[in-house]
Amino acid sequence: MSEKSGGGPGNPRAIVVGHGEFAGGLVSAVGQICGMADRLVVLTMMGMTPEDIEATIRDQLARTGARVIFTDLPAGSATIAARRIVKDDPGLVLVSGVNLATLLDFVFNTELSPTDAARAAAERGKASLIVVGR
Amino acid sequence: MAIHLYRIDDRLIHGQVVVGWGQPLNIRLIILVDDLVASSDWEKELYRMAVPPDMEVRFVDVAAAIRDHARYELDPRPGLLLTGDIASMHRLVAGVKAIGSVNLGGIHHRAGRSEKLRYIYLTPEEERELKELEAAGVEVTAQDVPSARAIPLPEVLEGAAR
Repeated sequence: MSEKSGGGPGNPRAIVVGHGEFAGGLVSAVGQICGMADRLVVLTMMGMTPEDIEATIRDQLARTGARVIFTDLPAGSATIAARRIVKDDPGLVLVSGVNLATLLDFVFNTELSPTDAARAAAERGKASLIVVGR
Repeated sequence: MAIHLYRIDDRLIHGQVVVGWGQPLNIRLIILVDDLVASSDWEKELYRMAVPPDMEVRFVDVAAAIRDHARYELDPRPGLLLTGDIASMHRLVAGVKAIGSVNLGGIHHRAGRSEKLRYIYLTPEEERELKELEAAGVEVTAQDVPSARAIPLPEVLEGAAR
């Protein structure tokens, strides 16, 4: 698993992890739209054992102080690993199925705690899915 | 045949299994064969929550999988049998003697293993067990996702496809 900050100074408030380059792409889009990618830490899990994925997420949470984990698929290895971590630390929040609208709402919401902001952002992300056409 | 794929994957249930293989094969039943997971209600719930509601997961240890294999084959739903390591599949094949092919889906790097493919790392003991499977008449190929080429075991062990 590789790790990089979204770029620029700031205290990361969440970790974003998913399949392939999903996390990097999503955080790159956050940076392009609002320049706040430094609030997020990007992790990829390619080529890692489940144990390594879990250990790396735990390490990044400890290193950055982030209290929120965003993952892509409910069935993904990162989500499985994150659920194990949240079981051990109920003060953390996991949001699975993250999309760009979720992350944008999260990084802008600095009035709430990161965990409360994550819950609010998840609702915004759900509402952002629309279907146009017949 | 009810079980369409016998897969070794150290991540057990994850995106490639549920979506990558699950959708094209229309998988409706996953037999997750793992002694540790089968003994833990929390682990079972962890993996059960990772699959969509129209997909059933049964959690069994290797001994139960050997005992109940014939029943899995009679289940009308398309199925996928999953182990997290080569040793468990090796024991299952030896006990069932009716498994024709095994898919290597993901065995990742850890101490003592050497790289064979991007997603396959093996210890000498694991190589020996895979060769024994083939010697017993089981076709062993590596293929992480359906769109990839199924790589025969000899080619995997040579590391030529890296």
